[in-house]
Amino acid sequence: MSTLPSKREETLGGYIVHGIPFPVDTDPDSLAFLKKMAPILIEQEYKITYLHSYAQDSPWFAGLANRHLLASQRPDGGYTYANPRGHDMYTGEETRWIDITDVPAHVHAFTVCYFGSEEFLPETPFVLALIEFEGVDTLLLTRLMGVDPAVPSLDWIGMQVEPHFIRNSKLKPTDVYFSPKE
Amino acid sequence: MRPVYAISGGVSKFAKTRPDKTFQAVIKEAYDYAINDLGLDFETFTRLVDGSVASYFSDHFSRQLMAGIMAQDYLGLCPKPGHRVEGGGATGGLCFQEAWKSVASGHMDICVAYGFETMSHVETWKGNEFIALASDISFDYPVGGFYSGYYAMMVTRHMKEFGTTVEQMAHVSVKNHINAYYNPYSQKRNRYTVQDVRNAPMVAWPLTRLDICVMSDGAAATILVSEEGLKKLEAAGAKVTRPLVRVTGIGRGTDAMRMADRPHFDYDTFMGDYATEQEKSSDETRAYYKRLWDHGTRYPGVHSFRAGRTAGNMAWKHAGISDPLNELDFVELHDAYTSSEIQTYEDLGLCRYGEGGEFAASGKAFMPGIDYGLDLPEKSACAVNPSGGLIACGHPVGATGLMQAVFAIWQLQGTVKKHFNDDRLQVRDAKRGAIHSHAGTGTYVTVSVMEREG
Repeated sequence: MSTLPSKREETLGGYIVHGIPFPVDTDPDSLAFLKKMAPILIEQEYKITYLHSYAQDSPWFAGLANRHLLASQRPDGGYTYANPRGHDMYTGEETRWIDITDVPAHVHAFTVCYFGSEEFLPETPFVLALIEFEGVDTLLLTRLMGVDPAVPSLDWIGMQVEPHFIRNSKLKPTDVYFSPKE
Repeated sequence: MRPVYAISGGVSKFAKTRPDKTFQAVIKEAYDYAINDLGLDFETFTRLVDGSVASYFSDHFSRQLMAGIMAQDYLGLCPKPGHRVEGGGATGGLCFQEAWKSVASGHMDICVAYGFETMSHVETWKGNEFIALASDISFDYPVGGFYSGYYAMMVTRHMKEFGTTVEQMAHVSVKNHINAYYNPYSQKRNRYTVQDVRNAPMVAWPLTRLDICVMSDGAAATILVSEEGLKKLEAAGAKVTRPLVRVTGIGRGTDAMRMADRPHFDYDTFMGDYATEQEKSSDETRAYYKRLWDHGTRYPGVHSFRAGRTAGNMAWKHAGISDPLNELDFVELHDAYTSSEIQTYEDLGLCRYGEGGEFAASGKAFMPGIDYGLDLPEKSACAVNPSGGLIACGHPVGATGLMQAVFAIWQLQGTVKKHFNDDRLQVRDAKRGAIHSHAGTGTYVTVSVMEREG
């Protein structure tokens, strides 16, 4: 049985308070005493929904929704980006789309996240990996599945992997993930 | 460009949380300290200062847009010119350099650079989420946005490629925490061992909680002047510490936001465009790098920071430095992670690419005369993060680069004892030091060199 943490996790939230301690009279002594008052802390909520456009990168997400992994390539067939990119950073030329779904790929770098940002905490532990594709000049950040997060190993680097696509697209880069090639 | 002197600075106590004061009042702690250290009163300095640059990273943390003008107002600097700079973790370093530009260009004679961050207004994991918004929100963040995860991926590549070990990384944590033990401004004052670091909770393999800096509330301020500005302040009664500290080198570099997009250059491109002058001039080093490339190394990939190398090379050239390890007495660098301190040793040319891990455990970056409880094979050559760095001092983002500047000023003035009430962190006879500020996964990096005159 594992030991409980030594500290309880701090969380916000609590009771609604009516009435804040304050001197009954605002005589000079009472006003001077206010310099010793502890600060008031209140909760402020901030929530907003953005209408975010994937703009010229939209075909990449449409590709994932249809089980295709696209990449961006300079029109001369040269420099190729695993991430979508509308224009080549070296020539300034507009890129074209190519399909790299079946291109051999392997793990370039990885980590196992046992903690994460608030949004991803419920998914921990998860494995982040940078994938290297044959003939592609840059990498792709993705989730790596099918490995044991309890026993990470540098041997995972170089491991051949293959893409998988979720059936119900969320139009997010996590619509594709990778696992060891069978 | 005319000479610029960094004559004074102040740092608020860095803490997990500062609910006792608004961010403006925390900045004023640092600001007043810098003014008082000149022996001036608030009103006299306010009359003479020409303007300011404000440094803070995130509008999300304080949920306040235009916080800079609120600080300008609180400090009594209106209607003098001022503006805010923002560049992620490098915000403070950029701010320092913008203040330098204002003075060097002749636009101002006296410029104050101040910075802050209040990261305590949200819970830690929400804070991590905010920071992760400094990654591409279409392609990186949704995959599992988490900076410790991004850095951990760089580490695994560095380990695989160069044989760097977690124990070498832990040496950085032990060094910086024990240095901070003697720094009263630091947030964490603990003595740890390599085993403590490795036994700490694993955050993102192989980085443990003690490999990673903490979130902080805090502020820092520095005052930069021209020779004319110095005369004005002294005519008004300022007691400016001699010898003066002059800013002699400025460098900046950038790289792609998505670290996956970074290039993997061949040997010739690396040697031609990125190698230091020292590396280019050494047959042995060229052969060493040729062997690395023959074994598959490419540059910068995700194991190195091209922006840091670019900033370093630019600053060294400006300051006339050809051998940073032996020509700098100390470096305050951006150790958000123990691994990034190791990567930065290499970027700055304190050692060669691939040798950062060995360098970390060698003793060369440690302070002499301090007991670290480690068996260090070599003597100190260039103290790195004598203050304790971000890992132990804390990392209130907008203040961090300016905190480094303040500690560097005090080192070069020889006044560490006066400010720390302890001289164990004073680098003996420090003549030249560098500060290094770093954003994102190496997107913006600044390096500034400061030297003691005379």
